[in-house]
Amino acid sequence: MTLFQILGILVVASPAVLVAVLGMTTVSGWPMSERATHRWTFGAVGIGLAASIAVLVMMLTSGDRALPLDAGQWVSIPEEEFHFHVKFLFDWLSVPFVILTFLLCGTIGAFANRYLHREPGYQRFSMCYALFMLGMVVSSLAGTIEVLFCGWELVGLSSALLVAFFHERVAPVRNGQWVWSVYRISDAAFLIAALALHHLTGEGDFDLMMGAGPWPEGVAALTPDQALFVGSLLLIAAMGKSALVPFSGWLPRAMEGPTPSSAVFYGALSVHLGAFLLLRVSPILERSAILSAAVMVVGFLTAVTAAASARVQTDIKSSLAYASLTQVGVIVAEIGLGLRVIPLIHIIGHACLRSLQLLRAPSLLRDYHTLENAIGGHLPHRTTWWSAWLPSEWRTRLYRLSLDRFSLDGWLETIVVRPFVAMFQWCDRAERRWTDLLAGGRSRESDDVPTHETVVEELKL
Amino acid sequence: MLELHLPWLEIAIGILLVGAAVVALARDAEAARRRAMVVCAVTLVCTVGQWLDFGLLQTFEAHDRGDLLSRLFGPDAVVIDELSAPLIPLAAFLYLVVVGATLRTKASRFPFAWTLVSESLTLALLSCRAPWGVVALLAAQMIPPFLELRRRGRSTRVFVAHMGPCIALLVAGQAILEAGGETGPWSLVAIGMLTAAVLIRSGCAPVHCWMTDLFENATLGTALLFVTPMAGAYAAVRLVLPVAPDGALRAIALLSLITAVYAAGMALVQREARRFFCYLFLSNSSLVLVGLEVATPVGLTGALCVWLSVGLSLAGLGLTLRALESRTGRLSLAEYHGLYEHMPSLAVFFLLTGLASIGFPGTIGFVGAELLVEGVVGVYPSVGMLVVVAAALNGIAVMHAYFRLFTGACHTSAISLQARWPEWLAVMALSVCIVGGGLLPQAGVRSRYHAAVELIQRHRASARHAPTEPAHSESELGITLPQD
Repeated sequence: MTLFQILGILVVASPAVLVAVLGMTTVSGWPMSERATHRWTFGAVGIGLAASIAVLVMMLTSGDRALPLDAGQWVSIPEEEFHFHVKFLFDWLSVPFVILTFLLCGTIGAFANRYLHREPGYQRFSMCYALFMLGMVVSSLAGTIEVLFCGWELVGLSSALLVAFFHERVAPVRNGQWVWSVYRISDAAFLIAALALHHLTGEGDFDLMMGAGPWPEGVAALTPDQALFVGSLLLIAAMGKSALVPFSGWLPRAMEGPTPSSAVFYGALSVHLGAFLLLRVSPILERSAILSAAVMVVGFLTAVTAAASARVQTDIKSSLAYASLTQVGVIVAEIGLGLRVIPLIHIIGHACLRSLQLLRAPSLLRDYHTLENAIGGHLPHRTTWWSAWLPSEWRTRLYRLSLDRFSLDGWLETIVVRPFVAMFQWCDRAERRWTDLLAGGRSRESDDVPTHETVVEELKL
Repeated sequence: MLELHLPWLEIAIGILLVGAAVVALARDAEAARRRAMVVCAVTLVCTVGQWLDFGLLQTFEAHDRGDLLSRLFGPDAVVIDELSAPLIPLAAFLYLVVVGATLRTKASRFPFAWTLVSESLTLALLSCRAPWGVVALLAAQMIPPFLELRRRGRSTRVFVAHMGPCIALLVAGQAILEAGGETGPWSLVAIGMLTAAVLIRSGCAPVHCWMTDLFENATLGTALLFVTPMAGAYAAVRLVLPVAPDGALRAIALLSLITAVYAAGMALVQREARRFFCYLFLSNSSLVLVGLEVATPVGLTGALCVWLSVGLSLAGLGLTLRALESRTGRLSLAEYHGLYEHMPSLAVFFLLTGLASIGFPGTIGFVGAELLVEGVVGVYPSVGMLVVVAAALNGIAVMHAYFRLFTGACHTSAISLQARWPEWLAVMALSVCIVGGGLLPQAGVRSRYHAAVELIQRHRASARHAPTEPAHSESELGITLPQD
């Protein structure tokens, strides 16, 4: 086994071991103490980070731009040419992203250890944190589209559970459900894209699918039409994951989670995962000018709407969420414009800045007071340059629109959710009439299911 | 045909029938529960023995040693093959965990003796390949739930309105097929009848209402055990797949696909937990049927994998719901219950089983779902995407139910709602299977692929596809049979 293989295995195995340890202790009913959990977390992040930096140093010294770590066939049916290839790819895109992941997760782990000290859900948070980190590492290093999908799903699950972390209240739970629903739609688009790619190229490996040459120099083995079809699906997947228009509504909703998770998971890492996907499949984007233009437009629209919304939010976390989204929109627009390295640098810089801001968010008022005490008065309020020439009526309209977050969630509810629910509720009523007819009377005992208020033994607060 | 080293299946069925009599004579419900548990455990040992024994023989099919039933009812009365070998212990396992996880408070309502009879019929069905045997056992299987509905004073009309025609179609279709042969002038009518019967038994829309009615009116344990072994899918494999032309199979696959999406959508709008579970199961079992009827090696392998994963995961999910119901009564999904703090292990298990049923990575359902989607898309490139849509909707429905049941409120109780040790054991056993099968899927996939290839060979070798001279050898069929 070479040094690279040992380091590569350490990078992937460290979060996987953390998930296994926390998962087994949680499920068995003997959860670890906070101290032990912190040590395991610290160890896993430390080992993963050190190993990934060592891989980067190896690549820089040896001049290798792409090092594959082949874990073999997880499942294969050779007769049908079906295989699930577990392969990780260390290249110029994945290694910086995985280092960023470990760095931010480590920071947040240390922060959360104090922030959530003696919180009843500490173990639950740790489990979701470990799942999230594993998902991010697997997504970052995925060498095949199937492996990327696995990581993508883990990130989605842990994110939804973290949004609903304070689960004794209804609002976080509803937001968690919304996030999960958007993620499932994006996952479905991703899965269909993966299948289409398999059928079109016969391969799931990124290095084979994207042609010869390390990232970002590959050339996709697809026609422009095929690239447009597959790329559109991947764009939908990225739109869901990165909260791009029209799915932007989930990002401020995600801020219902505890600050550490808001900071790292939505503000810094998972919100960039869609952009990362677009960078990973950038050779496909290059095959279709229409697709590239669509990516650019989506990014631009997201940036504009998020920038306007960020300016009128009344709480710091929502404001930061939209500020974050503005930058993600810009990053996506950059990708659409054909840039590759600049968006990657933009992601890294933005993720670090935003994590810092979100971690400072709970002490914002104190920071403001300190500043105001230092200057001996209120902080100056500056008007923006465009407010001078924009008519007052338009400014008011834009303000209302921005305050309402451009009604994106409302539109989604009106166009998609309500008709869907109404249609199936109609089917449910039709079924009730049919079974009532067959039974010769009321057929549904479930109509009489009592709520908890009527159960004597239980007392719902 | 090779023989197993012991008559495992006949012993298992015999134990169950004798056990049912012994349980029926028990002085109280608790004694009946204990006896039933012992009988189910011994049965599981026998069925696992049968599975291991079959594995040692390295063959595609085998008889029980001695095989008394085959002498009485024909050579295909008790046959274990690649398809049924793991399904039989799976069914026995499901019966054991459901019986074992029945709490004392509910023991008086649960019909243990009839459950053992039902288990004997299920095991007999899963080990039977003779068409008339399958028809008879399918009909007999409907008796225990019917009697339970009667005993509970519930209307049986919905159940009978579906199961009556189902039996009639099975009998008529098989009789016509036997009289006229697979290529006779009435064979298409006969195949149509058998297909319709299978669709009713599988709960294909719009003839699925018996399933929701059963979940409404029977005990949850009985309903669970009646549907989770997926007798309808087994009937499709044994009665329809060998004789139906490709066009008919694809029509069934399309109907099942529509059912999968429809049931997934219905699961999302349900306001009661049992009905949610019923539609979730219906959607997933329809996906199994989709894969079975596309009749390609990859699709069929996926369907057989999903069959096992859905059986395990949704039985686990149903068991969790049953545990919740035994503490709080029927559960409304119109409000939040906030039960997580009182039963964290059941909450985690609910999520685990729900995610496994939708093919979440790392669970037993993942590879099966991948194979199924790959197989279906290979046959219907555009319509096949509906499988992905159904899975996405099911995923949203599972999380919706999880949030409604376990979160969203502070719930206090004067009594402990924690899982009792039999429930905990059942949950842990199923968790090990779900996660273990998810992390190490290769052996299971190979076994299911062997079964799929064998089924496709039989399908292609049927008279309809080679009317003059049936193909028998692997090379003639264009399939290379794996030998490992």
